[in-house]
Amino acid sequence: MHEWALAEAVIAAASEIVEKEGLKEVKEVKIRVGELQQIELDILEFALSQLKPAKFKNVKFRISVVRAELKCRVCGYKWFFRKQELDEATSEAIHFVPEVAHTYIKCPRCGSPDFEILQGRGVWLESVTGVKNGDG
Amino acid sequence: MVDPRTSVIAERMKDVARIIAVSSGKGGVGKSLVASTLALALAKRGYKVGLFDLDFTSPSTHLVLGIGDVKPIEEKGIVPPKVHNIRYMSIIYYSQEHASPLRGADVSNALIELLSIARWGRLDFLVLDMPPGIGDATLDLIRLINNIEFLIVTTPSRLAFETVRKLVVLLKELKISVVGVIENMKMNNSDAIQKQTLKLGVKFLGEIPYDVKVEEAIGSTHRLLGTIFAKKIEDVSHLLLDKAC
Repeated sequence: MHEWALAEAVIAAASEIVEKEGLKEVKEVKIRVGELQQIELDILEFALSQLKPAKFKNVKFRISVVRAELKCRVCGYKWFFRKQELDEATSEAIHFVPEVAHTYIKCPRCGSPDFEILQGRGVWLESVTGVKNGDG
Repeated sequence: MVDPRTSVIAERMKDVARIIAVSSGKGGVGKSLVASTLALALAKRGYKVGLFDLDFTSPSTHLVLGIGDVKPIEEKGIVPPKVHNIRYMSIIYYSQEHASPLRGADVSNALIELLSIARWGRLDFLVLDMPPGIGDATLDLIRLINNIEFLIVTTPSRLAFETVRKLVVLLKELKISVVGVIENMKMNNSDAIQKQTLKLGVKFLGEIPYDVKVEEAIGSTHRLLGTIFAKKIEDVSHLLLDKAC
């Protein structure tokens, strides 16, 4: 249920935007979830639905998953993260702290742990749209 | 695109009364031992204490405290387990006995992740074992935690103190609270560090003689608390409490 903590963070960040932009009702929240963190989407969606404040009553949460792409800083090789190549304990460790990937994953070409996560790391709030105060 | 994690950190820390970052300019001055023993000393006095090892690439407080086979509990985030009456958090739960080769941006990301998902509950003190120097972890904590206080460890070495001087000056410029400086591993009678600390306008919290018994006590909290080192840290904990009262 680590997804719950991330859902709280999404709601908190989205609420800050609602406040800043003077929205009276939120229609849509777009969220990007990186594959590396292996978030359980149904749990995340459930947590979001439970945590949403009044202004989010009719919101549609749109969640897209981004493939985790890694690039070796030593040899330049690029590859995609594949959960099925990891054992359960390693997979779980990366789920909680994605940076632990550097402990367990090596470049398939040169064996270096010094790689960059180009995309698909964690949870990102892409956009918050709704009706502004004063709009019909 | 917004990173939502930073928006929830203040909420996670709202029931933590004081956050003490045990820091230094250089490595090897005994930060992890000071942080671990300080957490034990405060817990021994009946305070609710957490200890968070933020030295992600070289964690060692788990060795000082002899942390066994424990894991955080998953409950709408993660709840650091209670060990020796301390809520204890470290990256070693996830990296185990392996190396963690992390660059600065990775350290920053891991720190923000753990701050945003860890549920400490009500604490009187959260002690942070910082990595040495003024790097990503220090800058992130200053940015993300309003009420952070720094406790700085040095040795009698001029080399160590010169880096401490820079750290203290920076923290004061940024209006970050510095609770004081501890002089660790003292092997002479010079009061040079004390004088220079006071000259910086910072409290001198005491000197700790080099104690050969500490190395033998690593891994046993009972033996550690019996050392002269621990007695001196207990004195420091009293000084910290002065502020709390």
